[in-house]
Amino acid sequence: MKFSIYRYDPDHDARPYMQEYELPDARLSQGMMLLDALLMLKEQDESLSFRRSCREGVCGSDGMNINGVNGLACITPLASLKRPVQIRPLPGLPVVRDLVVDLSQFYQQYRTVKPYLINEDPCPEVERLQSPQQREQLDGLYECILCACCSTSCPSFWWNPDKFLGPAALLQAWRFLADSRDHATEERLNGLEGPFRLFRCHTIMNCVEVCPKGLNPTRAIGRIKDLMVKRAL
Amino acid sequence: MGLARRSFDTLIIGAGGGGLRAALQLSQAEARVAVVSKVFPTRSHTVAAQGGVNAALANVLPDNWHWHMFDTVKGSDYLGDQDAIEYMCRSAPRVVYELEHFGVPFSRLESGHIYQRAFGGQSRDFGGEQAARTCAAADRTGHAILHSLYQQNIRARTHFFDEYFAIDLIRDAEGYFLGALAVDIASGEPIIIEAKTTILATGGVGQLFRTNTNALVNTGDGMAMALRAGIPIQDMEFFQLHPTGIAGKGMLITEGARGEGGYLLNSDGERFMERYAPNAKDLASRDVVSRAIATEVREGRGVGPNRDHVLLKLDHLGADIVKTRLPGIRDTVMTFLHIDPAETPIPVYPTAHYTMGGIPTDRHGQVVVPVQQGAEEPVPGLYAVGECACVSVHGANRLGGNSLLDILVFGRAAANHVIDYLREHRYHRPIPDGATDQAMRRLARWDQQGKGESVPALRRELAKVMEDHCGVFRNEQVLQEGQQKVKQLRERLKDAYIEDHSQVFNTARIEAMELENLMEIGMATVTSALARRESRGAHSRIDYPDRDDVHWLRHSLYSLEGDKMDYKPVRMKPLTVETFPPKKRTY
Repeated sequence: MKFSIYRYDPDHDARPYMQEYELPDARLSQGMMLLDALLMLKEQDESLSFRRSCREGVCGSDGMNINGVNGLACITPLASLKRPVQIRPLPGLPVVRDLVVDLSQFYQQYRTVKPYLINEDPCPEVERLQSPQQREQLDGLYECILCACCSTSCPSFWWNPDKFLGPAALLQAWRFLADSRDHATEERLNGLEGPFRLFRCHTIMNCVEVCPKGLNPTRAIGRIKDLMVKRAL
Repeated sequence: MGLARRSFDTLIIGAGGGGLRAALQLSQAEARVAVVSKVFPTRSHTVAAQGGVNAALANVLPDNWHWHMFDTVKGSDYLGDQDAIEYMCRSAPRVVYELEHFGVPFSRLESGHIYQRAFGGQSRDFGGEQAARTCAAADRTGHAILHSLYQQNIRARTHFFDEYFAIDLIRDAEGYFLGALAVDIASGEPIIIEAKTTILATGGVGQLFRTNTNALVNTGDGMAMALRAGIPIQDMEFFQLHPTGIAGKGMLITEGARGEGGYLLNSDGERFMERYAPNAKDLASRDVVSRAIATEVREGRGVGPNRDHVLLKLDHLGADIVKTRLPGIRDTVMTFLHIDPAETPIPVYPTAHYTMGGIPTDRHGQVVVPVQQGAEEPVPGLYAVGECACVSVHGANRLGGNSLLDILVFGRAAANHVIDYLREHRYHRPIPDGATDQAMRRLARWDQQGKGESVPALRRELAKVMEDHCGVFRNEQVLQEGQQKVKQLRERLKDAYIEDHSQVFNTARIEAMELENLMEIGMATVTSALARRESRGAHSRIDYPDRDDVHWLRHSLYSLEGDKMDYKPVRMKPLTVETFPPKKRTY
């Protein structure tokens, strides 16, 4: 099976290039994921660098661009991929080395939306109550693993990474707006005002296409826009 | 030579739940905290915990902390320290309520209270009917907790060193710990992180075994750092096999699947746990269920073309329960096996999961070492919490739902102790000349050019040896062979080289240092297992099938120097209640 992988080590390379790799078919087995193949390739060529950890799609380390589509290597079946498999780093971010991108900006955007519960009431001795229906509002939001597949597939993010917050951060903004325990609605909406931070989303929906956890940032962004409009009236 | 240096009150190594809980407590107390983690915090392995966290909230069924304590002591096969267990079980409701206040999206009951499910080894009234003690956020509890703790740390402005790899601890001649040498993975630059107190929170070492439920980063770095700093590590022979990893692959299927009513079947379609644990059945302790599955397969009642696994049946629960209570494992099973567990049973087999042993601490998280002829003593400035530590609340076998509890309770307790310590130790002690030499040599060693053994090949061989020689059933001969083989691998590691000498995000070099850590812990594990001539909890010796409280109701201590074993008594006296004396353990 053939692979073509983006390589760049600023220590040695003047510019990035694509390197061809091959795994003998005898080493492939049914049900293998792309990460398994990458780990084998790394044994052939230990200089190939990429992030990985949990191997099951919950830690969000191994987001990459696979045949033109962002995804997690550890839950992408090899059998599903057209060959040679083209693997590149997540688009739109500075490359540190090979498939490793610099996520500082992505994390900065996440921090910008105050991704934590704000409730200044005195803490009760027990839990705050929340009905199953209220809790259900958080399903499809809290499961985000910060893999950056969505934000780095978003044209609005590519154009204005410094101004538009991107789908991942906005999904988290809605996760707290939607939480019955959170009291900072005004503060959160104020933070999203202006033409760029939120409203640069043009519902292109690449984020929904690529989210490895099946989440829907576009819908979350729509909900925030609704709240903004309601507030303005 | 001008090494970069940063100074903090406290250095925390590891950003899983234990490290982040401690960091939050310290940041809120306005201590200057640095968290060093080799992965971005939310990628730490706490994120993969599924089923939940135990606390006697009594939201679903009557419960109290004392019953929880009894279950934990019994689950530990009486090797757990009862003072620490009392402390943990008493603290449990409080730390869970705190989590809720931090924003953890727990599943809810109709009443609005936190949802709790049944888990293995839980009982009401000291061994009576099944309890429901495990607080859950669907089957993504670890993810929910880790993200919330990270979020609260953002709010508290904790200082993070993301993607820095800690190499070794720094210590002065009087024995004070003063921080660590780390390397910035992205730039390859070494850096001294100086601190008045250091908390190790580096997690477990599941990568020691070929088939495991653990992340690739779980390589026992903190335990190995402690060993190299001369601290013996405790009870390493007790390694938990989770009964239900996906057969042949290892992905975890939460005990919550059985807590929600799932059960195990052999090739005869028999619900075989009824024979091994007539009362608790599929919700017996993990060691009991894992041995039962292994026995079924050994005796020819395994399922599949190779008769090498059993089945976990969930289809009778109905699609609704599977989708709402177990959505994560449904995803995992559909991704990796292409079956829907709401319709088809899951092939499972016991899989390496959790390190009960670790760096010995007291219930304040202070690392303790034996002193000549007497009780143990804390070493100044060093703490350990979570899976890398051994308090010991899990003894010879951990109960499901007690690991998330452990990291929260002791992350918090260690931080509180650190806050007191900082009041009495206001100034940094000087770092002596040469204190980082050993660590710098460890780093430089992998810059050498040469041809020799391959790091990934050695790692694979080690994991195979550990699986073959230190698995579910052990005996003298198999363990002795295992120890010899690990010794040989340890020698061969000296002749290993890497070819990648780039300074930029050099993962080959990190993996090489991880292998060094794995090798030390592998040796500790097999040596401790060879020495313990009894069966207790997760440590099953075919040649010594019974528990032997006369000779072996004691903790093991393995030292790197000369691969020496030593022992210390179990703390049988709780803080306020009566001791639970060892009894025959049945479920």
